Amino acid sequence: MRLTLREVSLGLKRAPLLSVLSVLTIAFSLFAFGLFGLVALNVSEALKHVEERVEIRAFLADGAPIEAVSAAVGDIAAFPEVAHVDIITPEQALARARKEMGEFQDVFDAAVLPASLEIRLKPGYRDPATVREVAERVKTYSFVDDVRYCEEWVQKLYNIRTIAGATGLVLGIAFAGVAIIIIGSTIRMTVLARAREISIMRLVGATDAFVRRPFLVDGFAKGVVGGLLALALAWVAYRLVDQTLGISSAFFKTGSAAVGVLAGGVIGLLGSAMSVGRHLRDV
Amino acid sequence: MIRFSHVTKEYPRSGVALNNASFTVAKGEFAFLTGPSGAGKSTILKLVYMEERPTSGEVRVGGIRSSDVKRREIPKLRRRLGIVFQDFRLLEDRTAEQNIAFALEVTGTARDAIPAKVGRLLTQVGLASKGTSFPRELSGGEQQRVAIARALVNDPVLLIADEPTGNLDERATRGIFQLLRDINASGTAVLMASHNLELVRRSEYRVIEVTRGQIVFDSAERAAAEQPAPPAV
Ligand SMILES: Nc1ncnc2c1ncn2[C@@H]1O[C@H](COP(=O)(O)OP(=O)(O)OP(=O)(O)O)[C@@H](O)[C@H]1O
Ligand SMILES: [Mg+2]
Repeated sequence: MRLTLREVSLGLKRAPLLSVLSVLTIAFSLFAFGLFGLVALNVSEALKHVEERVEIRAFLADGAPIEAVSAAVGDIAAFPEVAHVDIITPEQALARARKEMGEFQDVFDAAVLPASLEIRLKPGYRDPATVREVAERVKTYSFVDDVRYCEEWVQKLYNIRTIAGATGLVLGIAFAGVAIIIIGSTIRMTVLARAREISIMRLVGATDAFVRRPFLVDGFAKGVVGGLLALALAWVAYRLVDQTLGISSAFFKTGSAAVGVLAGGVIGLLGSAMSVGRHLRDV
Repeated sequence: MIRFSHVTKEYPRSGVALNNASFTVAKGEFAFLTGPSGAGKSTILKLVYMEERPTSGEVRVGGIRSSDVKRREIPKLRRRLGIVFQDFRLLEDRTAEQNIAFALEVTGTARDAIPAKVGRLLTQVGLASKGTSFPRELSGGEQQRVAIARALVNDPVLLIADEPTGNLDERATRGIFQLLRDINASGTAVLMASHNLELVRRSEYRVIEVTRGQIVFDSAERAAAEQPAPPAV
C-alpha cells in the first residue's frame, strides 16, 4: 500500500499539469451533470407541489348521520392510497368560498353549501386510474351524494410528469455517459503518459494487479476531488440563480451530495480500471 | 532451459517473421543469435519471454509451455528471467539505485532487504560509486550496466539480451560482453542477439544464425554432426 501511494504521488509530481487537467475535466463533467440534476430536482419539486393539489371531493347528502360519516372518514383514511381526509362543514365551505371570491361575497350569503369530505392521495397514487378508482369506492357510501375531481387536470398533470420523468432519465443517462467517456479518456492520457513505466514493470515481472493498483487509487482520488469541486461549482451556481432570480429553489440534500461525490470517485475508479485494462490487453 | 519446436510466428500485417524454427538452449549455456536486420532475432527473444505467442509450434521455457501458459503465469516466468535491450529502458526520473530497487519492489521483495541487495548488484556490475546518478548522468555503457543489474535482481536462470551493445563503442562493448561472460560463468544461461560479427566470431560460444525467419546455421548442430565422425586414419 505504501508503495502504491508512493507511485501515485510520483505520478502527481511528474505530471502535475496532467493531474490538474484530469481533475478539472472530471469536475466540469460532473458539474454539467450536477446542473442537470439540479434542474431535474427543481422541476420535480415544483411538480410535486402542484400534484399535492390533486384531491377528491365527496359531497355529503343533507342530514347525513354524524356517526356514519366519522366512521367512513376513518375507513377512507385507512385506504392505502389515501394520505388524509378532512371534513368540510357547510360553514367552512362558505367561509372558504367567500375568501376565494372576495368581491362576490354577497352571492354566497344566501347559498347553502353542502358538507363534504376532502380526500388527498399519497404521492405515487395520483395517477388518473387510481384517482378514479378511489373516487368510485368513496361513491359507494350511501350518504355520499356526489364525488368530484378534476379528471382532465389529473390526466394532464400525469402526462407532464411522465414526459418529464422520461426526458430526465434519457438526458441523465446521456449526461452520465458523456461524463464517463470524457473522464475515461482523460485517465487514458495518464495511462499513456506512463506507458513506458508500465512496460518496464511488466518486463521485470510485475503482475497486472500490481500495475493496476496505483492507477485505481489515483483515479478514485481524482474522481472524489473532481466531485467535490463540481459540488462547490454547483452550489455557487445555485446561489447565483437563487439571488439574481429570487426564486427559492432547492439544492441537493447532504445525502445525495455525498452520493454524487462518491459517484465521482467510482467513475474515476472505473475509468482507470477500463483504461489500464485496455492498455494491458493491448501490450 | 529453452526449447523451440517447429515454431512459426506470423505478424498480422508484416507476415511470417519466423518459419518452422527448432532449437534448444541448455541450462547455463551461452548462445549468440545473429543475422541481418529483420531476420527475426528479436522475435525469437520475444517468444522466449512470452511477449509474443507462436502462430504454430511450441516454445518451452523453464517448464512453461507457450501452448497452455496463462496470462497471469507470465510474471512468474519473467521473474526467473533477466531481460536487457539496446536502449537500456531505464526510468529517466529515477537514480541507478532506484531503477534497480524498482524491479525488486515490483516483484514484492521485503522492503528492508532491498538496499543491501541493490548495493551488491551495483558492485557486481562495477558501478558501486554511481548509485545516486540519474541515467542522463551516466555513459551508455554505465546505463547498460544498470540495466543488467536490474535484470539480475531475481537471480535469473536465463539472461536475454537484445543487442545489448548496439549503442555502445568498442571499449564499452567489450566491458559489457565481459560482464555477460562473468554472469554466465556463475551459472546463468545467456541468449544474446547481436549484429557485432567480430564479437561473435572471436568468442568461443555457440552461434545461431537467422535469415529471413529461418535458422540457417547453428554451431552446436555442426559440432554434433562432426563428433560421431570417426577420426581420420
Ligand atoms: N510487433 C510486430 N508487428 C508486426 N511485425 C513485426 C513486429 N515485430 C517484428 N515484426 C516484423 O518481423 C520481422 C522480424 O523482426 P525482428 O524484430 O524479429 O527482426 P530482428 O532480427 O530483431 O532485426 P534487427 O536486427 O533489425 O533488430 C520484421 O520483418 C519485422 O518487420
Ligand atoms: Mg531486433
